[in-house]
Amino acid sequence: MTALLQVENLATHYFTGDGVAKAVDGVSFSLNKGEILGLVGESGSGKTCTGFSILRLIDAPGRIVSGRVMFDGQDLASLDTAALRAIRGKRIAMIFQDPMMTLNPVLRIDTQMVEAVRAHSKVSCKAALDRCRQVLAMVGIPAPEERLASYPHHFSGGMRQRVAIAIALLHEPDLIIADEPTTALDVTIQAQILAEVQKLCADTGTAMIWISHDLAVVSALADRIAVMYAGRIVEQGRAAEVIEAPLHPYTRGLMDSVPSRNTRGTPLRQIPGMAPSTLDLPKGCSFRPRCPRGDGACLSQPPEVEHYPGASARCFHPHMREATAEMPA
Amino acid sequence: MLVYMIRRFGQSLFAIAAMALLVFVGVYAIGNPVDILISPEATELDREAQIIRLGLDKPLWEQFLLYVVNVARGDLGNSFVYGTPALTLILQRLPATLELALVALAISVFLGVPLGVIAGLRPDTAAGRSIMAGSILGFSLPNFWQGMMLILIFAVILGWLPAGGRGTTADVLGLQLSIFTRDGLAHLILPAINLALFKLSLVIRLARAATREVALQDYVKFARAKGLSERRIVLVHILKTIMIPITTVLGLELASMIAFGIVTETVFSWPGMGKLLIDSIELLDRPVIVAYLMLTVFMIVMINLVVDVLYAVLDPRINLKDVTT
Amino acid sequence: MSDTALDSVNLDEPARGARPGGSLKRILARLFEDRLALIGFALVAITAVAAIAAPLIAPQNPYDLAGLDIMDGGLAPGSQSMAGKTYWLGTDEQGRDMLSAIVYGLRVSLYVAGSATLIALAVGMAMGISAAYFGRFADTAIMRIADLQLGFPPILIALILLAVLGRGIDKVILALVLTQWAYYARVVRGSALVENQKDYVAAARCLALSDIRIMARHLLPNCLPPLIVVATVQIAHAISLEATLSFLGVGVPITEPSLGLLIANGYDYLLSGRYWVAVFPGVALLLIIVGVNLVGDRLRDILNPRLQK
Repeated sequence: MTALLQVENLATHYFTGDGVAKAVDGVSFSLNKGEILGLVGESGSGKTCTGFSILRLIDAPGRIVSGRVMFDGQDLASLDTAALRAIRGKRIAMIFQDPMMTLNPVLRIDTQMVEAVRAHSKVSCKAALDRCRQVLAMVGIPAPEERLASYPHHFSGGMRQRVAIAIALLHEPDLIIADEPTTALDVTIQAQILAEVQKLCADTGTAMIWISHDLAVVSALADRIAVMYAGRIVEQGRAAEVIEAPLHPYTRGLMDSVPSRNTRGTPLRQIPGMAPSTLDLPKGCSFRPRCPRGDGACLSQPPEVEHYPGASARCFHPHMREATAEMPA
Repeated sequence: MLVYMIRRFGQSLFAIAAMALLVFVGVYAIGNPVDILISPEATELDREAQIIRLGLDKPLWEQFLLYVVNVARGDLGNSFVYGTPALTLILQRLPATLELALVALAISVFLGVPLGVIAGLRPDTAAGRSIMAGSILGFSLPNFWQGMMLILIFAVILGWLPAGGRGTTADVLGLQLSIFTRDGLAHLILPAINLALFKLSLVIRLARAATREVALQDYVKFARAKGLSERRIVLVHILKTIMIPITTVLGLELASMIAFGIVTETVFSWPGMGKLLIDSIELLDRPVIVAYLMLTVFMIVMINLVVDVLYAVLDPRINLKDVTT
Repeated sequence: MSDTALDSVNLDEPARGARPGGSLKRILARLFEDRLALIGFALVAITAVAAIAAPLIAPQNPYDLAGLDIMDGGLAPGSQSMAGKTYWLGTDEQGRDMLSAIVYGLRVSLYVAGSATLIALAVGMAMGISAAYFGRFADTAIMRIADLQLGFPPILIALILLAVLGRGIDKVILALVLTQWAYYARVVRGSALVENQKDYVAAARCLALSDIRIMARHLLPNCLPPLIVVATVQIAHAISLEATLSFLGVGVPITEPSLGLLIANGYDYLLSGRYWVAVFPGVALLLIIVGVNLVGDRLRDILNPRLQK
C-alpha cells in the first residue's frame, strides 16, 4: 500500500541576521492512511517547523530549501499556490497549539467556521452553518447555536481547542497535523480531548501527525513515533517499541528521565547539557556532546539505519535489543 | 454600557466646565476685561454703557455668575469688527470648516489605509519602500508650504484649479455646501488634499505598522492553513483587526484636522472658522478669539467622548459592563 | 555589620540596566549603517553648520538696509546684480538676496526650535521623573495636567497663547515649550515608573541618598533612550510649528525672520509667478525637517527593545 504522505529529506532553513538556523535538516518519514504518527522532541527540535513545512506555512525569513513532500502523488513543496490552497484545510488540516491565538479575536466563531467551509465548496450560508453545527456536535460541544454566535474570548481553553478540532474536521481531511494541541490545556481536559481525538480518527479513518514534547501523551495515542533532535529525526518506529526499547541514546535518555512511581526516592536522572542552537550545530551527530556513548566516530553525520523492521535510528552506537524477551508484543 | 457612557459624559462635562472656568479667569480675573470685551473704538458713553451691561463694575463672583449665564445662553460677546454676536459669526463659518475637514479625513482614510496595508504586506519591495519614503515627505513638509506648492503647481503653472476661495455653494438642508456643485468641488479639491496630506502620512504609517504586526499573528497563519484566499485574509482578517486602532487615532485626528484647518484655510482663503480666527487675531477682535477658543474646546471634548465610546463598541473584547475607566 | 559587600558597589555610579541598543558607540555605528539615516544626518549637519556660520558664508547681510539695492528687487534665480554679483536664488522685492536670507532665517528657525526643545526636555524630564518617583498625588496632578494638554492640538494651544501674548522670539519659545513638555513628561514618567520598581532604586533609598540624587543619577540615565527618540521627532515638529506660526503672523517678529516668515512674505508673489521667494526657503525647511525625521526614524528602530531579535 502506498503511503499517504511521504516526506523525503525535507530541509527548512531560517536566514536570519545572526546566521542560518537549520530548523529542519533532512527529515524523512512516511505515513499511511489512518495511521497516527507521534512526532516528539523538545523545544527547538524542529518538530513544529516540520509540521508547518508540510503545508508550506513557513514565514520569512524561513524557506524550504530542499526535499519533497509527496502527498497523493503530488510534491507539496513545489506545488503552485492555487493547488496548494485547494489542499490546505480540505485534504490536510492543521490544529495549532494555542487556540487563543489561532482564532481571530474580532471575528465571530460562525464567521470563522463558515469561511473555512466556503473556501473549498460553493455552498449556501445555511448549508455551511448546518455543517458547522454537525462538526461541533462531533467534538462534543453542547448548544452549538449559542457558541456559533459568540467570540473566541467567551470560551474556555478546552472549548476553543475543540472548535479548532471541529474546523479541522469540516472537510473530512485525509490527514490532520496537530501541533501540540493539548499543551496549553489543563491535564483533565487534555485526557478528554485525547480520548475524543483517538475515537474520531478511528471512526473516520483520518491519518494524523501528533506533534508533542510529551512522550506520555504520544505513547497513549500514536501508532508510530518519530523522535526529533536538533532538526533531524534520530529515531522512528512502532510506538510500543520506541517507548520500551529505544535504540537512540537520546530517546533512552528521555525515557529514563521521566519520573514514575518506580523511581520514587531516587535522584532524578537527566540528560546533561543543553540542546544545541540550530544556528550552530556541532559537527557530525548533534547529540554527541551530551551522549554517554559519543566518540570519535560520531564526528561524522550518522545515517538513518533501519536496525529492525520498522525501527530505525540515526546513530553509530544504538542500544541494540539483547534477547527476544525484551521485544514487546 | 450605560454606566460607562454616563461616566464618560460626566468626565467631558467636567472638562468643559474646567475650560470655561479657565477662560473666565484668563479674561476677567487676569486679563483686562474692558480691553477684551469692549471695542477700542467705542465712545466714552458707549463704554460706560457696556461696562454696566457686562457687569464689569460688579464684584468678581457676580461677574462669574453673569458669565456662566451668558455662556449657557450662547452669548459670548459681540465682535468688534462686525458688531454681531461672536458665536453666531463663528457658527456661520462652521459648515465650511467641517466640510473641508470631513472630505480631507475621507481622502486620508480611503487612500491611506490601502497604501499602508500594501506597504505592510510587502515591506521590502519597490512599492513598499516608495510608499514609506513618500510618507516621510508628507509628514515632514510643513502644511502651509505644501499648500502653497499645490497652488503653484495646479493653479499658477497648470491653471487647472482655482487658487483660493470657496466657489459656488449649494443649499443642502439649510447648509451651504460646496461639494455638490462642480465649481465648488473644483475649489474644494486642493485645500482638501492639502489638509489630507499630513494625515495621509500618519494613516499610511499606522496602517503599515499595524499590518506588519497582524500579518505575523497566529490567526493569520491559521486562516492560511484553512485554505482561505489571500484576498479574504487581507480584506477580512487583517483589515478588520487594524481598523480598530486606526479608527481611534482618526477620531482624535479629526480634532487635529480642525486645528490644522486654520492653516489650510488661510493659505487657500477658505472662508471657514480658522480663517476667521486668523483675521480676528490680526484685527484684535478679541471676543471672536475667546468665542473660538470655547467652541473648539467644546468640540474637541465631544469628539474625544465619541471616539472613546466608539472604541468600546468596535472592539468586542471590551466587555462594556466591566469598563471602569 | 560587614561593609565589604557594600564597599564594592559604588552607588555614585548610576546603575546601568540592559539598555536597548547598547553603548553610545554601537548606537552611532548602527545609525550610520542605514543609508537614509546617513543622508538625514548629513542634511542636519550641513544646515546646522550653515546656520551657525551664517555671517561668514552669506554673501550679503539681509538685515542691513543700507546694503540693499532696490534696483535689484525681484530678480529671478541666477541673475546678475548691477554690481556683478550672482544671485543664485534670486532676490525679493526689496533686493534682498534669497540665499543670505535663507541662511539667516535658518539661524532663527534652528535657534527657536532648538532652545524650545531643550527647555521643554528639561521641564518634561523634571516633571516626569518627579511624578514617577514621588507617586500618588504628585503623579496624578502632573499627569492630569499633561493629559489635558495633550488632548488639544499643539497648534491651537500655541496660536491662542501667542494671540494673547503678542509676537516675539521669547514668546514663541515659551509657546513651543508649553506645547511640548507634556510629551516628554509622559515618556519619562513611563520609563521612570519601570525603573522605580527595580532593586537599585530601593537600594539607593535604603542608603538614604537624597531624592534628587537618586532621581538625577540613577533614574535619569536609564530613561534616556526613549526620550532621545521622542526628542528628535519633536525637534522636527518644533521647527515645523514655529514656521507655521510665523507664517500665520503670530510668530517671530519681522525684524528677525525665520524661514516661516520668509515664506509668508513670498506668498503674495506666488500668484504672479515669482515663485523663488516662497519656494527656496521652503526647500530649506523641508531638507532640515526630513533630515531630522530620517535620523529619528532610524534611532527609533535601533532603540526599540521590541524589535531587537
